[in-house]
Amino acid sequence: MSAPPGPTRGERYDAIVIGGGHNGLTCAAYLARAGRSVLVLEAAGRLGGAAVTREFAPGFRVSACAHLLHLMPGRLVGDLNLAAHGLKLAAERLPSTALSAADAHLPLGPEPGGALAALSAADAAAWPAYSARLARLAAALQPLLSQTPPRLGAGAWRDRAALLGLGLRLRALGKRDLRELLRIGAMCVQDLLDEHFESPLLKGALAFDAVLGTNYGPRSPGTVFTLLYRMAAAGEGGGLAQPAGGLGALSQALAGAAAAAGAEIRTGSAVARILVRDDRAAGVVLEGGEQISARAVVSSADPKTTFLHLLGSEHLDAGFVRRIVHLRARGLAAKLHLALDGPPQFARLDAAALRGRLLWAPSLDHIERAYNHAKYGEFSSQPMLEITVPTIADAALAPPGKHVLSVVAQYAPYNLAGGWPAGQARFRELLIDTLGALAAPLRTQIEHAELLSPADIEREFRITGGHWHHAELALDQFFMLRPVPGVAQYRAPVGGLYLCGAGCHPGGGVMGIAGRNAARALVREAA
Amino acid sequence: MLTESEPHYRRPLLPTPFHERARALSQVDSFIPWAGYTTVDVFTTVEQEYFAVRNAASLYDLTPMVKYRVAGADAVRFLNRLVTRDIGKLRPGRVAYCLWCNDAGHLIDDGTVFCLGAGEYRLCTAERQLDWLLDSAVGFEVAITEVTEEVAALALQGPTSYSVLRKAGVAGVELLKPFELGTFTLPAAGEAPLMVSRTGFTGDLGYELWMEPKDAEGVWDALFEAGRTRGIRPIGSRALNIARIEAGFLLPNVDFVPADHAVFVGTERSPLELGLGWLVDFGKGHFTGRRALLAEQRRGARRRLVGLDVEGTKPAHNALLYTERGLRRQAGSVSSAVWSPTTKRNLALAMVDAPHFDSGGTLWAEIYLNRELVWERRVVRARVVERPFFAPQRRRATPPVEF
Repeated sequence: MSAPPGPTRGERYDAIVIGGGHNGLTCAAYLARAGRSVLVLEAAGRLGGAAVTREFAPGFRVSACAHLLHLMPGRLVGDLNLAAHGLKLAAERLPSTALSAADAHLPLGPEPGGALAALSAADAAAWPAYSARLARLAAALQPLLSQTPPRLGAGAWRDRAALLGLGLRLRALGKRDLRELLRIGAMCVQDLLDEHFESPLLKGALAFDAVLGTNYGPRSPGTVFTLLYRMAAAGEGGGLAQPAGGLGALSQALAGAAAAAGAEIRTGSAVARILVRDDRAAGVVLEGGEQISARAVVSSADPKTTFLHLLGSEHLDAGFVRRIVHLRARGLAAKLHLALDGPPQFARLDAAALRGRLLWAPSLDHIERAYNHAKYGEFSSQPMLEITVPTIADAALAPPGKHVLSVVAQYAPYNLAGGWPAGQARFRELLIDTLGALAAPLRTQIEHAELLSPADIEREFRITGGHWHHAELALDQFFMLRPVPGVAQYRAPVGGLYLCGAGCHPGGGVMGIAGRNAARALVREAA
Repeated sequence: MLTESEPHYRRPLLPTPFHERARALSQVDSFIPWAGYTTVDVFTTVEQEYFAVRNAASLYDLTPMVKYRVAGADAVRFLNRLVTRDIGKLRPGRVAYCLWCNDAGHLIDDGTVFCLGAGEYRLCTAERQLDWLLDSAVGFEVAITEVTEEVAALALQGPTSYSVLRKAGVAGVELLKPFELGTFTLPAAGEAPLMVSRTGFTGDLGYELWMEPKDAEGVWDALFEAGRTRGIRPIGSRALNIARIEAGFLLPNVDFVPADHAVFVGTERSPLELGLGWLVDFGKGHFTGRRALLAEQRRGARRRLVGLDVEGTKPAHNALLYTERGLRRQAGSVSSAVWSPTTKRNLALAMVDAPHFDSGGTLWAEIYLNRELVWERRVVRARVVERPFFAPQRRRATPPVEF
């Protein structure tokens, strides 16, 4: 690429960041720290995008989309000094517990110990080797997540070095682990789990993370990859955590870091389109008509929104547009928020477990059956659930003595047959019944209930398809292929335009890596 | 027209609306498939038909040419993003020869865009393109419909073609300039409505006639009646091929592989390589392939399609080209070759590597000759020359000379 044009009269900012979600704010913070003049434009009235805390019933607040923090790398948190900008954790190293309908619940963790032995001696014996191997494979993939994907055939030394490094890391796994990675890499998680374990409760819980937030069931090929991906990403973070004040507090800290570095932030400023001059992004036009010029534009909006709506296909090649149109980005996770007049009463569950993550996926078949519905545009009649009670660790989220239940429910397909307005109330009641069966007096405790379908998530958080990863996380939409070839290095085909959202490598899940990498790409190009 | 009761596999090739007339005039029963239709390769002899193109009037069934209707508020923006020329400059009643490329700047196809009115265009292509057109239409308010079966077409080409139309009573056709179109009626065919464009694939004076299929036979008959004393003759694809090489026109799948057909990497060709850079407007805004073509332009051309004047009289079919008589360094190959009866030159179109493609340069062609089943090799000089090889004044004269 040729050097960018020098600053000219009327160009106010070095960069405009579209979207004040965690990736947009992270990108803005890194750009500002690199000495760029940055303006962040957020459409909503509050910052945070899908990492946001808001009131859903009088006095009750909840992390409205993402509800746990576990994938943001410690280095990024340290780089931006988020603690100094107000990030406090209400709870760290939260446990996960697999709920059972009638028997003992199973605590999960690196050392499940006695509880697993009580469930199955064979599974307890198989556990150490299984978990150690998967941890080794995930660790080998981990550096992949933070790096900018190399370009194939580009011939630049940086791309070659990245490919070489990737090869060396895989080779360093050793023959047996590498062979195992190649064997299981594209397999379905059910086959892998069936090879090692017998207990349905354990297998359901282990498969849970492989299919959470995906368009997959445990029998879908590629789900070992999604499991390893999540393990690798979690390895960068410091375990499951809950920020005090919800995920919105993280966004506030990121905004603080960006502002402290000199970034300007405006809310209630929806971008209508990206301005293009001489085949370069030259600024934006707001929905109110205001024009703001900049030498570069970085979009944290999803790829379809960025390219098809904000930029417009007339500035792109037809083959590229075809790839963007075909990008799979339909959410299947719904979010349920319950305002309770007291703590939920999960049968046989100890108080420590209630602080953490409760998984309702008692077997592989349970998940696969739940997924079957979604294939045909129906919601699951017996969904799988990720349940948290954020008010246990952070009482300030609800009025005194009262509690909030925040639940991710799968599967709730974006393109529900008959549409979400018609299905909304039915699915909400079905979820409350499902939860009620696990925590008996629940229905009588409910003061208010809110269900966000993928259609609601699309509307509220401005994500095409309501998918929290912006684009399905799958082998064919990963790394050099994410979101599509031609923009996998955060740089769009139009000069001066960058992508920094979850649709880029390495994806969503409140990591912030895409935001940081996009900032690096911009600084590197302009250098 | 295909129907449920007659699925495509029962009749793999369709007859054109002129098929009955063509069959009656075919003396050697030589038909070939073209884009799903059966069409005539040769009616009588290639030489007789060729000379009708250059010395009288020829009629060629153009119906299988793939035709699309492009209409809507964004039709101009859509076409400008699709093709490499500036369609914004194309006024109603005008036709433009156009190219379109994929993202890599490789040529997918060439064709003609007819501006029929505000926001109303017809795109004529060699290959079926609906998939690419619909992909290109994402984000544009435009409707694209294939109308190949709804429009019958004839190419009336040759020095007396204008006189044939006059005799048939097409009033006002004398005003048509090259690349203009108009709508007329044909009195001799029951006032059949006729769209006439002064376009063609022969490089000669000529017209293309566009009509409804129900009027096809009436128009054919009227033209033959009017052309009886002006040497009109139906021609097949073989005779047309000689004329198009003389005119320097490219044929897809002969002179270039359409990019979406190419299997082997590196066989695709860009407009710049095909010597069609004059059809690429970098200043009009973005179009598919623009960034790749700009990069190619910066790098400089690796090869270019050129015209060759080959020594001797034996056409250099598929000949390999070398930089010296010893045939040690290959510098390209011939894609089309013909002995040109009108220019009395041995012509070829060839893809030649840099830096040997400049006009005036000399290459050596290795020609294989079959002399009564005895194969011989000739190594002859091939001079790089400008195209077109044949461009008579009459092709541009308005009004044309009457015979």
